Amino acid sequence: MSTTNQVRDDVTIRFAGDSGDGMQLTGSLFTNTTALLGNDLRTLPEFPAEIRAPQGTVPGVSSFQLKFGSHEVLTPGDECDALVVMNSAALKANLGLLKKGGTIIANTAGFDKKNLNLAKYPDGVNPLEDGSLSEYELIQIDVVKLVKEALADMNLGYKDEERSKNMFVLGLLYWMYDRPMDSTIDFLNQKFGKKSPEIAEANIKVLKAGYFYGETAEIFSSRVTVKQADLKPGTYRNITGNEALVLGLVAAARKSNLPMFLGTYPITPASDVLHGLAAQKKFGITTFQAEDEIAAVSSAIGASFGGSIGVTSSSGPGIALKGEAIGLAVMLELPLVVLNIQRAGPSTGMPTKTEQADLMQAVYGRNGESPLVVLAPKSPADCFNMGFEAVRIALEHMIPVMLLSDGYIANGSEPWKFPQTADLKDIKVAFEGPRKAEDAEPFLPYLRDHRLVRRWAIPGTEGIEHRVGGLEKEDGTGNVSYDPDNHQKMTNIRRDKRDNVADNIPEQVIDQGGTSGDVLVLGWGGTYGTIRTVVHQLRKEGMDVSHAHLQYINPFPKNLEKLLKSFDQVVVPEINDGQLVRLIRSEFMIPAKPVNKVKGRPFGVSELKQAIREVVGETVASES
Amino acid sequence: MSVETLIDEFVKEHEADLTALPDLKGKDFSSDQDVRWCPGCGDYTILKQVQNAMPELGIAKKDIVFISGIGCSSRFPYYMDTFGMHSIHGRAPAIATGLKTSRPDLSVWIITGDGDALSIGANHFTQLLRRNVNVNLLLFNNQIYGLTKGQYSPASPEGSVTKSTPFGSIDHPFNPLALSMGADGTFVARAMDRDPKHLKDMILRSHQHKGTSMLEIYQNCIVFNDGAFELFTDKKSRPQEAIYLEQGQPLVFGADNDKGVRLDGLKPQIVQLGDEFSKDDLWIHDEQDQTKAHLLSRFFEHPANGEGVQFPRPFGVLYAVDRPCYDEGVVAQVQYAKQKGGNADLDALLRGNETWEVK
Repeated sequence: MSTTNQVRDDVTIRFAGDSGDGMQLTGSLFTNTTALLGNDLRTLPEFPAEIRAPQGTVPGVSSFQLKFGSHEVLTPGDECDALVVMNSAALKANLGLLKKGGTIIANTAGFDKKNLNLAKYPDGVNPLEDGSLSEYELIQIDVVKLVKEALADMNLGYKDEERSKNMFVLGLLYWMYDRPMDSTIDFLNQKFGKKSPEIAEANIKVLKAGYFYGETAEIFSSRVTVKQADLKPGTYRNITGNEALVLGLVAAARKSNLPMFLGTYPITPASDVLHGLAAQKKFGITTFQAEDEIAAVSSAIGASFGGSIGVTSSSGPGIALKGEAIGLAVMLELPLVVLNIQRAGPSTGMPTKTEQADLMQAVYGRNGESPLVVLAPKSPADCFNMGFEAVRIALEHMIPVMLLSDGYIANGSEPWKFPQTADLKDIKVAFEGPRKAEDAEPFLPYLRDHRLVRRWAIPGTEGIEHRVGGLEKEDGTGNVSYDPDNHQKMTNIRRDKRDNVADNIPEQVIDQGGTSGDVLVLGWGGTYGTIRTVVHQLRKEGMDVSHAHLQYINPFPKNLEKLLKSFDQVVVPEINDGQLVRLIRSEFMIPAKPVNKVKGRPFGVSELKQAIREVVGETVASES
Repeated sequence: MSVETLIDEFVKEHEADLTALPDLKGKDFSSDQDVRWCPGCGDYTILKQVQNAMPELGIAKKDIVFISGIGCSSRFPYYMDTFGMHSIHGRAPAIATGLKTSRPDLSVWIITGDGDALSIGANHFTQLLRRNVNVNLLLFNNQIYGLTKGQYSPASPEGSVTKSTPFGSIDHPFNPLALSMGADGTFVARAMDRDPKHLKDMILRSHQHKGTSMLEIYQNCIVFNDGAFELFTDKKSRPQEAIYLEQGQPLVFGADNDKGVRLDGLKPQIVQLGDEFSKDDLWIHDEQDQTKAHLLSRFFEHPANGEGVQFPRPFGVLYAVDRPCYDEGVVAQVQYAKQKGGNADLDALLRGNETWEVK
């Protein structure tokens, strides 16, 4: 069999194995190499919540999907071209995601009787042998045996041999997709080189063995090349959403010249924000791992009271616990940044699976009329921009800001043309000054400027000693007040103050398509890439459709109403049961149409395209 | 570039000149707000003694912050002419931790009650003690919920008949001092509203201690739990029922200082001073002795007391030791990282480890 070379515009591959098989690392390393080659890409890590789910079983399968291309890539791909399965459970869990005619690379050692049983295949059935995979290109490799042979002269234990088998597969895929091994070799030397050089050596040996196996074994009919993508010129790095969020916060601390205090409690999928910020103390950042979610947000409020940027991070269940304290911050009119890396709910839900179902919680989920600002990044790299924006708005408007990321963009990655510090705008902050003269006017903590923003008056400032609290405040003095008219007035002020933020955010832009027409697809948050891809295809297919994506949700951009009303139909796809669509309907009185899905996974391109076609078509039909 | 934030600059610029502190009196710490506790409430005395103690701290008014939770006692910050925050139920220790950790230059005081600290906020209360954040906590214990009008609290004795326990409470109460010892508190003390002089001394001692100072203050709720501490506050019974602890002094009590407490192994014993026992035989108070402090915190409920043996209730500082403070540790780590990290180069951080050029 001779091997041909094929050039493709894009490829989607999926690594799947037991959660102990190192599939996330394998995927990340392939991603880094691919990014360095200049392909555009998007990733989708999927893993069980359990640290070590029962070995060999379907619930224990961990997967990493990656789409890379020579054109713009905005989704991790619906179906994959190649599926790596380290055991039979991985095949069972993932076969549905493989294209007909796609390639399966199966580790035969994971298809022994024990593994087949654990994956609950019927007795005597082995999918590798019963012809059920005849529609695919099936490549069977006894990875364990080949690794053993590659390491025969090294005298390593069974465990270390077993652990390096993912490197064999990685090497094999590097050959298959024509990628260099340098970046991974550097990584292995850096990670293990000092502590255990023999482990580094073994992994590199196995990586190369995989690569050379591809070259010499002639098991593949073709080798695939994906050329560099036509990205905007500049310097790029690969980044996940949570990493970008951390950088956005650090940058905002620097640009406001304030210390940052993160009060938080570990929770999936938000903990990486804590890990990331904990490493950045040299930028004047303090991280406090509190005893619970309530203490986490409360400590951040305490820090804000003292003049720091108070930040708290969590996911939906934790945000629910923080609700009362966030209301306190609304009442105190202090800056506070609340990060919600959403996951599937309700209750504990599916911690490692993505969802966008906390929007109503963000906008309304506190007792009383409790207005705050809600922002949503649209992609992994956009977490940098919106993290920065969250801090800017909180400081400039003395108001809590909730940022809604989600598990999909938090863990997913993309190439990022990172900014230079000099390109970032300064955030101007001024504390209330001291009053030393005996006859100075008394300080009024709830006196406001034209935007209704009060002064940040921090302890340590002479002559402005004052008390704040959660009881209703008298306008101006901040004294406790039960006066009915005052409560009405303060409720209005807090709302108007939030609404005034609209003067300080960009107008809504159309991402793609005209500013008026038949259909507007309105999205928010992590669905951006999929919607953009879908709208691009629909337009190619002749539909008059545009795409707008909200990053500022509460308040909405000032021009949004006009924009929405310039289209005959507005379709709102969301990974929830219809939340933004309800806000849009109630705010603007338009019959916006929902497209919803809650499966713990992002929309696929083809399913969303079909759903939008159906929604739009149905309406047209009912009108005629 | 080492990062000098606005707060670093602020603290330097606003550093109080302690030699030029104005000569203030207690009343200078009264805010312009009317005090709204019930007439006769024990909170009035505590407020007065806190205000009286403030000028003696040697700290500028602007650098003092009172943070409270929810409950009658938690109205306290409104009446102090310092910085203050009346926050939400049970969370004052968490808010104070965030404030003190980010602003170690401030003197931070937590005002809480038995409901606020021992029920809804018990988690934060104990975590504060174990972390040993350098703040002062005044726990107003009246063994009842006052603001919600008379339900039993986690400090109410078993059998308490209240609005929510018409047949008597079946909850076993917390012993706040024993809880504080168990949470590895570094300063554990008790005072009462009806002994203002001693109370003020204890407030000053709380301030002097570096670390979390936990001062329980017996406070009479005249409306819902009047006389709960009468045995200790009534001048007639007090000598028999209360024992004042003093460092290095024997444990003596009684109307004519005629009784004492001695230790038989780890078992405390009440003895009559006279022919058989003299002061030399008694337990000498040592604030740094953790074992003795544990015994003292459980004096009145010591299993070895036996039927009918009533031990006097200890007042004063049961325990005071030095242990590194959380806030200091955090600040030291940040300072170390700033010095060690030297070049806190944001551009290098944004760039990361691996980049590529697109031309």
